[in-house]
Amino acid sequence: MERRPICEDDLHAWADGRLDAARRAEVDAWLAEDPARAARLAGWRDDARLLHAAYDPVADQAIPARLRAVVENRRRGGAWRAAAVLGWLTLGALVGSVGGYQAGRETPVAAGLPELARQAALAHAVYSPEVRHPVEVGADQEQHLVAWLSKRLGAPVRVPNLAANGFALLGGRLLPASEGPAAQFMYEDDGGRRLTLYLSARAADSPTSAFRYAQADGIGVFYWVDERFAYALSGQVGRATLLPIATDVYHQLVP
Amino acid sequence: MLATDALLAEIPRLRRYARALAGDAMRADDLVQDTLERALAKGRLWRPGNLRAWLLTLMHNVFVNQIRAQRLVDYRSPDDLPEAPMRAQQLDGLELRDLDLALQALPGEQREVLLLVGLEDLSYGEAARVLGIPVGTVMSRLSRGRDRLRQLLAGQTASVAHLKVVK
Repeated sequence: MERRPICEDDLHAWADGRLDAARRAEVDAWLAEDPARAARLAGWRDDARLLHAAYDPVADQAIPARLRAVVENRRRGGAWRAAAVLGWLTLGALVGSVGGYQAGRETPVAAGLPELARQAALAHAVYSPEVRHPVEVGADQEQHLVAWLSKRLGAPVRVPNLAANGFALLGGRLLPASEGPAAQFMYEDDGGRRLTLYLSARAADSPTSAFRYAQADGIGVFYWVDERFAYALSGQVGRATLLPIATDVYHQLVP
Repeated sequence: MLATDALLAEIPRLRRYARALAGDAMRADDLVQDTLERALAKGRLWRPGNLRAWLLTLMHNVFVNQIRAQRLVDYRSPDDLPEAPMRAQQLDGLELRDLDLALQALPGEQREVLLLVGLEDLSYGEAARVLGIPVGTVMSRLSRGRDRLRQLLAGQTASVAHLKVVK
């Protein structure tokens, strides 16, 4: 009996072990006719085994806490908030002590950068779950908000527009920071997810810095420093979600 | 409503796939985290059915957006901890890192197909649905991806052998 033509689909099914015995025998015969064919298919099959050998162990690892938290937090907002605040406070203490220890050898400014991320994340953890009072001044008074915060921070503040990213401004508030006043703008999307943009006046002796990223307890923070302000965008979202938004904010705020 | 336990049960396999797709552990878990967030945000749209396939579809969307975003800026923080040192895993003379690099050298669309079929054991039809492409496209990407991966891996073992000889 004449063999049905062998097509590329059969070859993949052969390498993936998905052929029935009869068809498999036909492909085997076809492969036996040419060592190059046989070598190509053996390579495919070996590589599939290699993939399993390499990556199957990942499926046996314990689930990282941050992923478990994403799934479980939707029920326990309050507990998550307390844990996040505590986590960032603890991290701050660690960073603070390491920074202090290294101050004699390295520039103290380097130790100050994670401090920015820490303060921003802390403010995010405290205020973003607020249902009734997320902000002091609402977006309906944006002009007043900007004028007020510009005055308190000592330089003109600009509020980026994140509509293209699906986030609308809720408003803002004034915050105390270690080196004076800071401001927080809060945004929300249709799904109720919130992002906060934290900014404080740049200390005269601290350098500008490029994009940095920090994450703890489910809050991710992109932060950077320009001529006037130190900025930090925080959200309880993954880095890949936050990155394009932070990039947008960055470009809108470039002096 | 998405059940928490059902979602948790999918995480290990999502991590395996993401690990191979993204090339390192941190990026992989970012990918999984974004996928889970998206799943929860869209949870009301979820109808009982194949949860894994749905999650893989969401991950595909996240992955495509991520590739786009990565072109804009390299956002790796110098403060990022290096990947938890895995024991140097020997795979037929190759190290895990070699396989990671070879996979990362493939175009993302070929890598996805290759891993959905070769690692996740999806049928060709399932892979097509997850990626939103015709089965014929799955097959052609699979052919190109598999041949290219073979070349890359063969090149690496060849260069290793070459170095040994030169020594």
